[in-house]
Amino acid sequence: MATLKELSAREELFSGGHRLCAGCGIPPIMRLLLRSAGAPVVATTATGCLEVGTTIYPYTSWRISWIHSAFENSAATISGIESAYRSLKKKGKIAADKDIKFLALGGDGGTYDIGFQALSGALERGHDFLYVCYDNGAYMNTGIQRSSATPLGSATTTSPAGSAHPGKGQWRKDLTRIVVAHNIPYAAQASPHNWRDLAKKAEKAFNTEGPTFLNVVSPCPLGWYSKPELSIETAKLAVDTCYWPLYEVEDGILKVNYKPREKKPIEEWLKLQGRFKHLFKEENRWLLEETQKRIDSEWERLLEMDGKRVF
Amino acid sequence: MATPLTDKKKQVVLTGNSAVAYAMKQIDPDVCAAYPITPSTAIMEEFSSYYADGKVSTELVTVESEHSAMSACVGAAAAGARVMTATSSQGLALMWEVLYIASGMRLPVVMAVVNRALSAPINIHCDHSDSMGARDSGWIQIYSETVQEAYDNLFQAVRIAEDHRVLTPAMVCLDGFITSHAIENLTLIEDGDVKDFVGEFEPKQSLLDTGHPITMGAMTLPEYYIDFKYEQSKAIRGAKEVVIEVGREFGERFGREYGLMECYRLDDADVAIVVLSSAAGTTKVAVDRLRDQGKKVGLLRPRLYRPFPHEEIASALMGVKAVCVLDRADSMSGFGGPLFTDVRSALYGRDSAPKVIGRIFGLGGRDYKVEDAEAVFDELYNVLETGEAGKLTGYITI
Repeated sequence: MATLKELSAREELFSGGHRLCAGCGIPPIMRLLLRSAGAPVVATTATGCLEVGTTIYPYTSWRISWIHSAFENSAATISGIESAYRSLKKKGKIAADKDIKFLALGGDGGTYDIGFQALSGALERGHDFLYVCYDNGAYMNTGIQRSSATPLGSATTTSPAGSAHPGKGQWRKDLTRIVVAHNIPYAAQASPHNWRDLAKKAEKAFNTEGPTFLNVVSPCPLGWYSKPELSIETAKLAVDTCYWPLYEVEDGILKVNYKPREKKPIEEWLKLQGRFKHLFKEENRWLLEETQKRIDSEWERLLEMDGKRVF
Repeated sequence: MATPLTDKKKQVVLTGNSAVAYAMKQIDPDVCAAYPITPSTAIMEEFSSYYADGKVSTELVTVESEHSAMSACVGAAAAGARVMTATSSQGLALMWEVLYIASGMRLPVVMAVVNRALSAPINIHCDHSDSMGARDSGWIQIYSETVQEAYDNLFQAVRIAEDHRVLTPAMVCLDGFITSHAIENLTLIEDGDVKDFVGEFEPKQSLLDTGHPITMGAMTLPEYYIDFKYEQSKAIRGAKEVVIEVGREFGERFGREYGLMECYRLDDADVAIVVLSSAAGTTKVAVDRLRDQGKKVGLLRPRLYRPFPHEEIASALMGVKAVCVLDRADSMSGFGGPLFTDVRSALYGRDSAPKVIGRIFGLGGRDYKVEDAEAVFDELYNVLETGEAGKLTGYITI
C-alpha cells in the first residue's frame, strides 16, 4: 500500500472550490479514493450532495471523466460505461494496454434506498467496478429526511422528535451485509478518520477484478447537528463505539480491521450530535438502552465471524 | 406500403420482431442493454442468440429493469459506444425519467419500441399510449407501417441519431403483435451494405478519453438551463432535414425511399384519414374500395412524428375538405388524441383549411377493420354535406 507521503505526492483529482459544507465528510473521502486508484478513473455519481456540491455548470471539481445521470441509477450507469469500455477494447478502439478504473458513487439515499435495485443488479452481473457509498445517514441534500440508513431514534425532518414518536422508529438497514450476500470478491466498511485503512481498502477494491463495494461513514454537520470542526473525531467515535465497525470481506473471509482497546459507550457518539438530543430526556432513555444493546449484539456477532468464511 | 422486390434472393419471411433483431445483428452495436417485456421480448431473445453464437461483437447487458436498461444505455453512449435497446409499454414508462436524460445529454441511443397499451387495466396488445407518453421526451420518433419498414427504419434511425447536426436519441415504433408477431415478406440488405450505410459512430466526446476529462450531467441553474434546452430544441427541429436526406440516400442505395410521411391517393381527395403505423394498411384497403365506387378518399400516414413535420403535413392536407385524425392513444385531455391536436394545430390559421375531426380507435388491441375505416369516410362525407364538423372528438371501434 502507498505511504502517506506517496499518497500526498499524487495528483489532486478532486479540486477545491466545491460547494460541499464545512466539515462534510465527503471531500476527504473522495480525495483519498481518487489518489488510491493508481490508474485513470471514470466515475459516476447519484444525485445528491456530492453531485450538486461539485458541479453547478459551468464549474466542476472533477479532474477525471465524470457523469451524473439520475438519483437511482449510479450502478446502472457505471454498468453501461464499463460495458462500453470492454466492447471498445475488444474492437480495438481502445488500446489493449489501457487500464481504466470505474467508480460509482452515491449517498445512503441513492444506495440503500432508491438505487438499491440497480446496485444489486450491477453486483450480480459482475461488472468490474467499485461502488462507494458515503453514508451520512439521511437525505441530507433535500434537507435531512430519514433514509433506511438513518439510526434508530435519530431526528430528521420526516422523523422529527415529537411527543408521540421520538425520532426514527426503526433500526438501520445493514447494507454492507446485504452487499456481502451477493458473494462479490471484496466489500468493506471504512471511515474518513482512519485514512490508512480507507486508502488501503480503496486500493484493494480498485485492484480487485469484478464488483467491489465500500461503505464509508460520512459525518454531516448540517444533518447531524454536530460541530464541523469535530467531524473527524465524530467519525472516529462512530468506530470506537462500534456503531460503525471497520471490517472487510475478501473472497468470502470476514476480517475485523479494528478492535477498539476500550469499546466506548454509544452515548459518547450520540451526545455530540443534536439529532439525538431528545434521546437524553428521561422518557426516551429506553431508546438509548435499546441502541446500546443492539450495537453490543451486532459487534459480538461480528467478532464471532472474524477470520471466518461467510460465503 | 408496397415494397419493390428487386432481388428475389434477398427476400425472406420474418416477423417484425425477428426483422428488428436481424437489423440489430447487422448493425452490431457496441453495447445493448435490455430487459424483456411483451411484445418486444423476441427482439432481445433473438439478439441474445446472435450474441450466444458469436454473431455479434456487442456487449450484451441483461439488466434488472428497464430503468437500468436506459441508464446503462446512457452510460455506454456517454462512453462513446453505439448503443441500442428495445422495449414496450410499462418498460418504456419505467424508462421515462432516463429518456429525458438521454436526449438532454444528446446521446444518440436507438431503441425499437413495440407499441403496447399501458396499464391499468393491464393489457399486452397494441396501442400507442406508450410511445405517445414519450412524445415530449426529446426523442425522435419514427412510426413503421410494415415489417419491411421497421427493418429499414432501424438503419436510418442510427444514421439520423448519430448525425452531428442532430445527436438526439431515436425510437423506431412498430405495432405490437400486429407487426411484431406478423410474418411478412421483406427484402433484406446485405451485411456489408448495412455496414457501409450506418458507418462507424464517431462520438464528439467520450468519458473513456481519460486524457481529456469531461464533466457530464452537471447541475445547471437558471443562468444556463434554458440555453441548453434551446440548443436541444434547435437540434431536434433540424432532424427533419436529416430524416429526409437519409431517407433519400436509403432509397438511392436500396430502392426503397422514405420521407416524412406517406400520402396515399391523397392528391385529389375530398376527404382523408390521418393515421400512424399498421392501421394505415387497413385504411388503404378502404380507400381502394371507395375509390372503386368513385369516391375521392385518401390517406396520410405520418412516418416522422417527432419532430412533428407540421408544415409538410398541413400542406399535404390543404386540398382536402374534411379530415379525420385517428389516434391509437387517448391523451385524456378531453380533447382527443395527440396526433389529432397536432394535426389540427398545424392547420389552424390557414385560409380554407379542411375541417378536422379526431377519433380514438383500437385501444388495447381492439380490431380496426376495413369497415371501420369506411364508416369514418362516411362520417367525413356527412361533414362535407352538412358543412359542420359535428362532434369534434370521440371514439370508434367500441
